[in-house]
Amino acid sequence: MAMADQSAGKSFRLSMLLYDTRYRSLTIQIVMLALFALGVWWLLDNMYANLAKIDKDPDFAFLSAPAGYDINQRLIEYTSQSTNARAWVVGLLNTLLVAFLGCILATVLGVTIGVLRLSKNWLVARLMTVYIESFRNVPVLLWIIFAMTIFTETLPQPKEFRGADASASMFLSDSVALTNRGFYIPRPEWGDGSLPVAIVFILSLVGIYIFGKWAHKRQEATGDILPTFWIKTALFFIPAIVAFYIMGQPITLNYPALKGFNFQGGWYMRNSLISLWLALSLYTAAFVAEAVRAGIMAIDKGQSEAAAALGLRPKRVMSLVVLPQALRVIIPPMISQYLNLTKNSSLAIAVGYMDVTGTLGGITLNQTGRALECILLLMITYLAISLSISLVMNVYNNSVKLKER
Amino acid sequence: MTQEPYVRTEMLTEQPAPLGQTGIMRWMRENLFSGPMNTIITLVAVAVIARLLMDFIPWFFQPSWESTSLRQCIDDPAITGACWGVIRERFNQLMFGFYPSQEQWRPTLAFVLMFVAIAPVLFDKLPRKLMIFSALFPFLSIWLLWGGSIWGPTMTLAGFGIGYAALKLLSGPAGELVAMIVAVLATILWWLFGVSPVAEALHSVVSLGIPEVESSLFGGLMISVFIGVSGIAFSLPIGIVLALGRQSDMFIIKTLSVAYIEFIRGVPLITLLFVASVLLNYFLPPGTNFDIILRVVIMVTLFAAAYMAEVIRGGLAALPTGQYEAADALGLDYWKAMRLIIMPQALKISIPGIVGTFIGLFKDTTLVSIIGLLDPVGLITSIRGDADWNGIVWELYAFIAFMFWIFTFSMSRYSMYLENKLKTTH
Repeated sequence: MAMADQSAGKSFRLSMLLYDTRYRSLTIQIVMLALFALGVWWLLDNMYANLAKIDKDPDFAFLSAPAGYDINQRLIEYTSQSTNARAWVVGLLNTLLVAFLGCILATVLGVTIGVLRLSKNWLVARLMTVYIESFRNVPVLLWIIFAMTIFTETLPQPKEFRGADASASMFLSDSVALTNRGFYIPRPEWGDGSLPVAIVFILSLVGIYIFGKWAHKRQEATGDILPTFWIKTALFFIPAIVAFYIMGQPITLNYPALKGFNFQGGWYMRNSLISLWLALSLYTAAFVAEAVRAGIMAIDKGQSEAAAALGLRPKRVMSLVVLPQALRVIIPPMISQYLNLTKNSSLAIAVGYMDVTGTLGGITLNQTGRALECILLLMITYLAISLSISLVMNVYNNSVKLKER
Repeated sequence: MTQEPYVRTEMLTEQPAPLGQTGIMRWMRENLFSGPMNTIITLVAVAVIARLLMDFIPWFFQPSWESTSLRQCIDDPAITGACWGVIRERFNQLMFGFYPSQEQWRPTLAFVLMFVAIAPVLFDKLPRKLMIFSALFPFLSIWLLWGGSIWGPTMTLAGFGIGYAALKLLSGPAGELVAMIVAVLATILWWLFGVSPVAEALHSVVSLGIPEVESSLFGGLMISVFIGVSGIAFSLPIGIVLALGRQSDMFIIKTLSVAYIEFIRGVPLITLLFVASVLLNYFLPPGTNFDIILRVVIMVTLFAAAYMAEVIRGGLAALPTGQYEAADALGLDYWKAMRLIIMPQALKISIPGIVGTFIGLFKDTTLVSIIGLLDPVGLITSIRGDADWNGIVWELYAFIAFMFWIFTFSMSRYSMYLENKLKTTH
């Protein structure tokens, strides 16, 4: 205190900006800000000078001009006459599609592999180690291109399915065709009267949820345990199936069939989508598996021993004691793997899948020559996706944080 | 009559343990056949492995090493599987791209010297003097790879000498701060205006050098290793500064660091490589046009720095507050505390994370194939486009995957070894 009083009493000197800790941080920050502004100004100045030299100004008008190219994979209406902005949205939806599919498959595979890697069976544990080490140590781009090449080189051409002695055949009683152009799978057709069926199905889902809550409450109150799994399964299937037959089987499957040189009907999944999806999921699954394993191993052995001492069966030890605690450790790295998968989906450009990098950062960029604007928008798009995913993660982290007194 | 209690008076000889309780039998019973379910799983797994090996081994071992085209492999009745001729014929290309074959000793030498340079960093038993070589190595390797006159890199190095001399000469009469500023300025001025005329003059007097090689000829694994290693080496110091910035109390510095880190981590590397290939020249003074590999290295460094910063921040956060307080209590100023107390510990904790970042970066170098550099993945198209090898799939991909696997797998093992070694807890 005495020292502070002394120095406060003295008049301000210029050298105090540098040597007095009270002012120094302010000096440093102002100098840094000035340097930063200078750097940005330098970059922007260069940019305008360069643009002036080739007679261009930053201009986003190209977004409303017709794109002039086709996109073979689209979730919404799009023609070559649509605008570049629409091509951007189509690409964005394709990115989200492959990211969504990839996250689901990667989670399923990753959790399975991660749990199996901890298996007591030596052989299974070793096999899973081999899987993880071989997938995560090879670049994902190589996996994507490899998957694409395998599909186009080793699967039969559509014409090989033709004739009495065809060299290739469809799977699952002629409903699925794997060709080198892509996969053809049956597509549901929604006939008249399918709406009630769908409504009944949704109602039964609501019913399952309510029943679960009620059974839980009842168990807490009386101690009786209902066979919830079987009742829920029955609720899931029976009402919908009954409604399906009452309405006269309104939902039918449209099977792919060979017509001329190609398959018609059914759902056509392009090679590019399938190979990107598979490669991304197999690659990410290796990382998810490691996260799952680390999460389970992070739970103290005492926890499962204590649960066993309480008389819980091994399955219940896992589901009631170990997993709820492990999830807190597993989920954050898992979400960051989802984020990685989404960012890696930008490699779609290597196999010609038209994601946002392929439309906005690829063809639109090349056709309009608006590199600066396109890449800026592309970065903003990815940044928005990433930031929303990390927002979700933060919300989750806060909700599961250990409540300490 | 009372019966005498039976008491054994002599020792029984030791019995061998039951067969099922010892050695391999016990191990197998416990680890493979511990229950009906486990037994079934084991049998299924064995069947799957046997099936895969039965397909793989005959395919793999083929007398096709000398073949010169895929057609030859198909026509030869002795060859029923892999056609390895493509690896023999294109091995040099996969390693060096189109680097002139009589100069290929240069990248090889640089690669070997790289291990000498990083050895003192990796293993602390080696003499510390070797660090001098590590410091010289970047200049040496760039000179070896691109070639040209020896005076360029030497004069660039001399810049550090000039800076040091200025610091020594001026710190007495003009005070440390002024000396520091002058030294930095002198070095930068020397690099900007002094190096090239002096190097040229020296070159015209004593012409020492090796043939120049253009960047467009670079390719193969060489380019992956070069970009990966330089990216990680340059990103480490930037990452440290960013991590310290993020931890700082100063609002503006913290905001700038956080914004930079989150921005870079939020966008895919490929967009940054697009910037390198089409955009970077827009942001530089008109007329500058420098090498594509250098541009890629710049962007990759900026990319890796953000990840590095997060890794180091983890290390900083793992240190107990007592360490910071103890440093303060000793009266050390911020930089001394960081240099002597905090950083050595934080970096040690973050080494596994740094190696992990490096592995990720090394794998990500394959992305440069998308902007047209000929790394191994970029070469696939040209090899498969060749009439001789049109239609080759498995052999080529398997070999390239294996090349990357060797590097990344051994690095991840090294990081595990390190983690064990550095563990100071009980």
